[in-house]
Amino acid sequence: MLRIENTGLTQREYWSILERLSREPNDVELAMISVMWSEHCSYKHSKNSLRRLPTSGPRVIQGPGENAGVVDIGDGLAVVFKMESHNHPSAIEPFHGAATGVGGIVRDVLAMGARPIALLDSLRFGDASKPRVKYLFNGVVSGISFYGNCIGVPTVGGEVYFHPCYEQNPLVNVMCVGLAERRHLKFSKSVRPGASVLLAGSLTGRDGIGGASFASETISKDSESKRPCVQIADPFMEKLLIEACVEAAKLDAVLAIQDLGAAGLTSACSEIASKSGNGIFIDLSRVPVREKGMSAAEILLSESQERMLLIVEKGKEDGVEKIFKKWGLRISKIGEITDDGWFTAVHDGVVVARIPAKLLTEVPTIPLEPATNRRVYRTQFDLLVPSDVERVFLELLASPNICSKRCVFEQYDHMVGTDTVMRPGHDAAVLRIKDSSKAIAVTTDCNPFYCFADPHVGAEIAVCEAARNLIVTGAEPLGLTDCLNFGDPEKPEVAYQFEAAIEGIRDASLSLNIPVVSGNVSFYNETENSRVHPTPVIGMVGLIEDVSKVCSASFKKPGDVIVLLGPIEAGIHLCEYTRTIHKLEDLPAPTIDLDLEKRVQRCCLTAIKKGLLSSAHDVSEGGLAIALAESCILGNMGAECEIRTSTRTDFLLFGEEQSRILVSLPQENLEKLAELAEAENVPFTVLGRVGGRELTIKVNGRKIIDQPVRKLREIYEGSLERLLSL
Amino acid sequence: MRCAVVVFPGSNCDRDAYHVLKNVFCLDSHYVFHEESFSPDEFDLIVLPGGFSFGDYLRAGAIARFSPVMESVRRAAELGKFVLGICNGFQILTESGLLPGALLRNRNLKFICRDVYVRVTNNRTAFTCSLQLGEVLRLPIAHGEGRYFVPSDRLKVEQIVFQYCDEHGTVTDEANPNGSILNIAGIINERGNVLGMMPHPERCCEEILGNTDGRKIFESLIAYFSWRKEHAAD
Repeated sequence: MLRIENTGLTQREYWSILERLSREPNDVELAMISVMWSEHCSYKHSKNSLRRLPTSGPRVIQGPGENAGVVDIGDGLAVVFKMESHNHPSAIEPFHGAATGVGGIVRDVLAMGARPIALLDSLRFGDASKPRVKYLFNGVVSGISFYGNCIGVPTVGGEVYFHPCYEQNPLVNVMCVGLAERRHLKFSKSVRPGASVLLAGSLTGRDGIGGASFASETISKDSESKRPCVQIADPFMEKLLIEACVEAAKLDAVLAIQDLGAAGLTSACSEIASKSGNGIFIDLSRVPVREKGMSAAEILLSESQERMLLIVEKGKEDGVEKIFKKWGLRISKIGEITDDGWFTAVHDGVVVARIPAKLLTEVPTIPLEPATNRRVYRTQFDLLVPSDVERVFLELLASPNICSKRCVFEQYDHMVGTDTVMRPGHDAAVLRIKDSSKAIAVTTDCNPFYCFADPHVGAEIAVCEAARNLIVTGAEPLGLTDCLNFGDPEKPEVAYQFEAAIEGIRDASLSLNIPVVSGNVSFYNETENSRVHPTPVIGMVGLIEDVSKVCSASFKKPGDVIVLLGPIEAGIHLCEYTRTIHKLEDLPAPTIDLDLEKRVQRCCLTAIKKGLLSSAHDVSEGGLAIALAESCILGNMGAECEIRTSTRTDFLLFGEEQSRILVSLPQENLEKLAELAEAENVPFTVLGRVGGRELTIKVNGRKIIDQPVRKLREIYEGSLERLLSL
Repeated sequence: MRCAVVVFPGSNCDRDAYHVLKNVFCLDSHYVFHEESFSPDEFDLIVLPGGFSFGDYLRAGAIARFSPVMESVRRAAELGKFVLGICNGFQILTESGLLPGALLRNRNLKFICRDVYVRVTNNRTAFTCSLQLGEVLRLPIAHGEGRYFVPSDRLKVEQIVFQYCDEHGTVTDEANPNGSILNIAGIINERGNVLGMMPHPERCCEEILGNTDGRKIFESLIAYFSWRKEHAAD
C-alpha cells in the first residue's frame, strides 16, 4: 500500500477505487482521484448531514448541486448566490488567500450565467490586540479590497468577529450575489455529447497544485511550507472574464459554464461530465501553459486562478471565441463532451488518464461519529449588576465585536454599479434592480459564541438573525446559503457540533420557510492546540417589491415614538456583556422560540409594507442599549427612553434575548402598529421618543445612561481603528 | 448633446456613467471601445470613466494612455469638445498629458470609499456653470491613488475646480481624504474643456441613491452646451 502514502486516501478508499476501476490506477489517475476524494472536493464527511436541509420552495430555480443557488425574483429575472470559505490559504498568505477567495466565488456565480453584483465578507480573527492577528487582519482586508475593487463588484456587507479561537486559523468566507435573466441561466445538465470544451482565461501554471488536499488537513507548523499551494490573484484577468462570460452567456450556443477552482481541470471536467451524465475527452497538449515541461498531472491539477471552462455547441465556437478575443482573453478548444461516461485525458498523443467521470465525483461518504455527551454550563456564578452601568455601556459600544466596522468597509468600493441603496453599516445592504421597482437585500450572519455554547440553538439564531436583518429593511427572505466552518470532523465533538448546527439550520429554515439553495463546508479549521468555534455562517437574500418603501435602522424624525417589538424581559445568558465585562464564556446561549420569531418578523414586515415605520433595527449583540445607540448614531439624532421593568438592569440593557426589533414611528401610526402586534401576539413595549442630541435611558425612574450622540459616534466609529492601530 | 463613454479593459464605472447620461439625462450616449477611434467632431462629450484600466498594475492610467482611442480623445479635445475624466479617467488624463500633474497613492496608503465634501472653487467652467462659487457638494470617492500633485508652475489657480472641504465649505487638512496638494479634488485644462476629478458625480444623480449632488455637474454641462449652441446660431 505504499502507493497511497501522501495521497490522503485511506486503505479502505483505495480498495473501493480498485474495485470500481477493476485495475490499479496509474500515477496520473491516482493523483486526480486523491484530490477529488479529499474532503474539500468530495464533502465525504458532510454529504449525509447536508441532505437534511430543506432545499426547495416556490422561488427556487436551482438548489444545491450546481455552481451556485438560484432564486426567482419575477420579471424574468433571477438572483444567483453562494458563499465559500478560503480559510486555510488566508491563514498562511492572508493577502492572496483572501483575494483568490473573492475570485473563486465570483466565478461560481459567473458560471451560472449571471453578472456578479455584490460581495459580502464574513471574517473571523483572533484577539485584535495581537501582532499576528493585526498582520492577518490587514492582509485579508487589503486582499479583499485589492481584488473586489478592481473587478468592479461592490463589497456591500459582511461581518467581522474577534475571538482567540481564530488566532491561528482565521475564517474568510465570501459571498457573491449575481443577477441574471432567467433565459440566460446556464446549467451543467444542459451539456450534450459532441459539444466542444473551451478553456478561457489565464495560462495554466504550476501554482496551487494540491490546494484542495491542503484545505483538507488541519493547520500545523508545516503549513508554512504549503505557501506555494496558495494561488496568486489577478483581478484584472477576472474583470475581463466577467465581461466576456456575461456576454457569452447570452448566446444559446453556450450550453454551460464551469469555473476552475479546487483541483482545477480535473474537478471542472469531471463535474460537467458527471452532472450531465456524459463523459469528457480533453487533450492536455492544447491547454495553454505558463511554462514548458509541465506534466500531465500538473496540468490536470493546477489551480491557476482566473480560468473558465465553456461548453459550446459544436460548430458554434467562433461566436464565443470572438467575444473572448475582444476582451483580450485567450480561449482554446481543449476537448469535447462524449457519451461514454469516461474522463479521458491525452497528452502528446498518449492516453494519460481514463477513468469513469463518476469515480471522481461520487465518493463514498464517511459516517460521522458524534459525541453524545453535551456541554456542561456553569450554574454557579457571581454575576453582580455593575455599579456603573453607563461605563459598561460605553465599554461595550467600543468592543471590537460591537463597534462599527467602518474602517474595514471604507476600504472596499461599496458603491460601484450605482445600485447600493443602503450601504454597509446597516442591518443589511440593499441593492436596487435597475429598470424595475424592485430591490434585493443581502446579509451574512453568525454569532460563533452562541454556536459554541449550543450549536443547535446558535445555528437557529444565525438563520433567524439573518432573516431579521433582511426583514427590517422591508425585504422578504427568498433563500439562504451556508458556509459551515468547523474543526476536524473525525473528532467526536466536532461531529456533534456539525450535526447539531445542521439540525439548527434545518429547524429555523423550515420554520421561517427559507430554503437552503447553496453552501460550502470547511472542516479542519484547527491547529494542534486550538480549534475554531463552530461557525455556520448564513448568507441570505431577500426581495423588496417596492424600493421606495425600503426601511433603515436610523432614527429619522424628532418626536417619533420608539417601540420594541418582541420580549423586553431578558434572562441570564451568554452575551457580549458577560463575555466582555464578566469574562464569562461558559453560560448557556440565549433561547429562541421559532414561532415567536416568525410572528415578530411578520409583524415588522407588514408594518413596513404599510408604511407605518420610520426605522427598524434588529436588536443583536450588545442588546437593547446598543441597538438604541446605533439607531441614534446612524440617524445623528438623540432619543429619550424610560423603561419600567422587574428585569435586572444589566440584562435588560445588554442581554441578547432573541426575536426583538427596535422600531420608531410617528405617533399617529402607533395604534395601528399596536393592533398588528396584538393580532400576531407579539410583545409590544413603548420605550420613548426620538429627539434631542443625547441618548438618555431611565430605568424604573432612575437615569442610567445620558450621553451625547456625538460622543457615542466617536467611540462607536473610531474604536476598531484605534484597536488595530490601522 | 452626443456623448461617448470610453471602455478600457478594466473600466468599472463605464456602465454607471452610461446609465446616468442615457437614462437620467436622456442624452444620446454611446460606448466607445478602447481599440476604436472616432472623428473629432463625432461626440460633444467624452467621458473617461472610473475603474482599473488594465488592472492599474503598473500605475493608475499608465497603460490606458497608449490605447488607440486616446488619440481620438486628444484630437476631440483639441477641437474644443468636452472631456470629463472621473477617478481612473482623471488618472488617464494626467498620464496622457491632457491635464497637468499626477495622482499618487493616498497618504494612508489605503483605498478609501466614502462620501466627501468638495467646494466649487471655480464656477466659470462649462462643468460648473450652474453652481455657485463656494457651493459645497457631497460626492462619493473610491480610490487608492487620488493624491493629486503638481509643481506650482504647472497649474494656475483658476484651473482648480473642486477642493476637498468640510461640510461647511472650509478647506482643511482634516477634510482632505488623500493628502492631495491644496486639497485638490478636480482640475480643468487652461482651455476649459477637459476636466478631471477624483469624486464620482455619476454615483449621486438619483434620489433612490440618497444624494443628487452629482447632477449639478452634468446639468451645468447640458446648460452650457445648449447656451453655446443658441449663441452660435445667433
